[in-house]
Amino acid sequence: MDFATFLVQCLNAVQYGLLLFLVASGLTLIFGIMGVINLAHGSFYMIGAYLAFSLAPVFGGAFLPTLAAGLVLAVIFGYLLEWLFISYLYERDHLQQVLMTYGLILVFEELRSILVGNDVHGVPVPGWLSGSIQLGDLMAYPVYRLVISGVCLAVAALLYFVIARTRLGMMVRAGGSNREMVQSLGIDIKFLYRVVFAAGVALAVLAGMIAAPVSSVYPGMGAQVLIVCFVVVVIGGIGSVRGAFLAALLVGIVDTFGKVLFPQVAGITIYLLMAAILLWRPEGLFRQG
Amino acid sequence: MSARARLAAPLVVTAAFAAFPLLVTGFYLEFTTKVMILAIFALSLELLVGATGLVSLGHAAYFGIAAYATLLLSPQYTAANFFWLLPATMVCAAIYALAVGALSLRTKGVYFIMVTLAFAQMAYYVFHDTPLGGGTDGIYLNVKPAVAIAGWTIVDLGNPRTYYYVVFGCLVLVFAFLAILLESRFGRALAGIKSNEQRMRAAGFPTFWYKLAAFTLAGALAGLSGFLVAVKDGFVNPEMLSWHESGAVLLMLILGGMGRLSGAVLGAFAFALLQLFFQWEVVFGNFAQHWQLLLGGTIIASVAFMPQGLIGLPAQLRAWRSRRAARARDA
Repeated sequence: MDFATFLVQCLNAVQYGLLLFLVASGLTLIFGIMGVINLAHGSFYMIGAYLAFSLAPVFGGAFLPTLAAGLVLAVIFGYLLEWLFISYLYERDHLQQVLMTYGLILVFEELRSILVGNDVHGVPVPGWLSGSIQLGDLMAYPVYRLVISGVCLAVAALLYFVIARTRLGMMVRAGGSNREMVQSLGIDIKFLYRVVFAAGVALAVLAGMIAAPVSSVYPGMGAQVLIVCFVVVVIGGIGSVRGAFLAALLVGIVDTFGKVLFPQVAGITIYLLMAAILLWRPEGLFRQG
Repeated sequence: MSARARLAAPLVVTAAFAAFPLLVTGFYLEFTTKVMILAIFALSLELLVGATGLVSLGHAAYFGIAAYATLLLSPQYTAANFFWLLPATMVCAAIYALAVGALSLRTKGVYFIMVTLAFAQMAYYVFHDTPLGGGTDGIYLNVKPAVAIAGWTIVDLGNPRTYYYVVFGCLVLVFAFLAILLESRFGRALAGIKSNEQRMRAAGFPTFWYKLAAFTLAGALAGLSGFLVAVKDGFVNPEMLSWHESGAVLLMLILGGMGRLSGAVLGAFAFALLQLFFQWEVVFGNFAQHWQLLLGGTIIASVAFMPQGLIGLPAQLRAWRSRRAARARDA
């Protein structure tokens, strides 16, 4: 592997890892703060990709308005979903959470099949981002992939800022450690949870929307990303956004280079990584609480 | 239920199952055979979820591994001997369960759910991506194993009616085995771990090894159902290991009712019948192709309104009626 190829693979690894982080951060936040294991989280990623596909004609293919509309829809959708289904799960055990969210996956997948069909679709890269950067003499790297990484990094920074530095973040963290206490201090915890859930949905939808131009839009993409995100969350430690960030990058690197170096076993490298981490630190790299 | 009814019910059910092939043939016989295999699969998971309190979301891996082992271990053009093939496939499933259990039991609760799912997905990718088991297409079994002693074939597994009885016998054996196991010291220890693991450890039980034994045993029993399904269909593909299967078997348990062996069997039947019903074009017309939507809705509703499952339904109804009566008295 020459240097230019290596560089390209590194950039791919980081881009994939950062994208995983967007999905996994929502998963880990929802679990860490509300104690709900949400299998349907991968579906939000799928919904995001399909939104990018079906909203694009509405806005004449303009990228930013599509993205904005998708995010607004995602927040509304997440808010309603929490109110209608997820809010019943806080008092239930993990098994029931697993089953109800499994039921939601079936419903989402089937609704997707009814509304958009089962075909594989492609979403064009927005025109003004479609160029590429020359790396060495033979290699070029698409600008859009760099933009994805940039957006993910910006979101990660924003997330860190909101959680660690703002009043809202403080209430969210407090709500995660003691629900009753926060409630008795006069904070509307139900509303807070709804906001957190909607934010988690929006993160996954955002990931799906910006990933749509580089990966095709296909049925089953949600389940695939969900399981990889579980690996990320297990490695990073549940509830830890920082852990999810590092673990997502690690998984991105291992998966990308696994595909290049050991194409025969590419599908299983990240699971072997997870097994190794479990042997070393069963609670993940950064466990909170 | 009176004591006599409690004693008579299993006998009546067993007799009804034994007499069933005398009355029907074709589709319903095949269907019931398949559902009984699913019931064995569900029973194996009940040992983990219901009896030990370990929610595994990767149980299809052991089912699928044994099914693949059945085909991969069979010679290409001659029949394998049933009496070594069956234990061999169960051992294959048990070995993977032992490895996964040893790693995943280091974690708890929601971690355990995610880790078991991830390792099942790993097994899925092994069969999906490598040419070992024919890749995404799966592989076919050319010759069904022969139940033979010293060259004499005793039972012909190719005959649907005979195969029904073989599966039925396995189901009865597994049910009885688990019923005895759960009453034994080992089973009591598992129940203790479910309700309070810390206390069991304080009482001197090496709880990790108990859980690992249960996990491995559950894997081997899931392997039995995988073997039965592979011999029945003569075909396997990676979808047998997919996480949809793992979710479905967990659903059977909650549909039937957790914590009772009969709940697992009831749940397998309820699940298969629901699936069949939602795919029924006479009732749903063209919508039948979207049966997953109805199934998903049913799952959500049953979790919301029927947390104890079908087997807990009478008790739930009684509680509801007495609550209503109490309210009427107060008013």
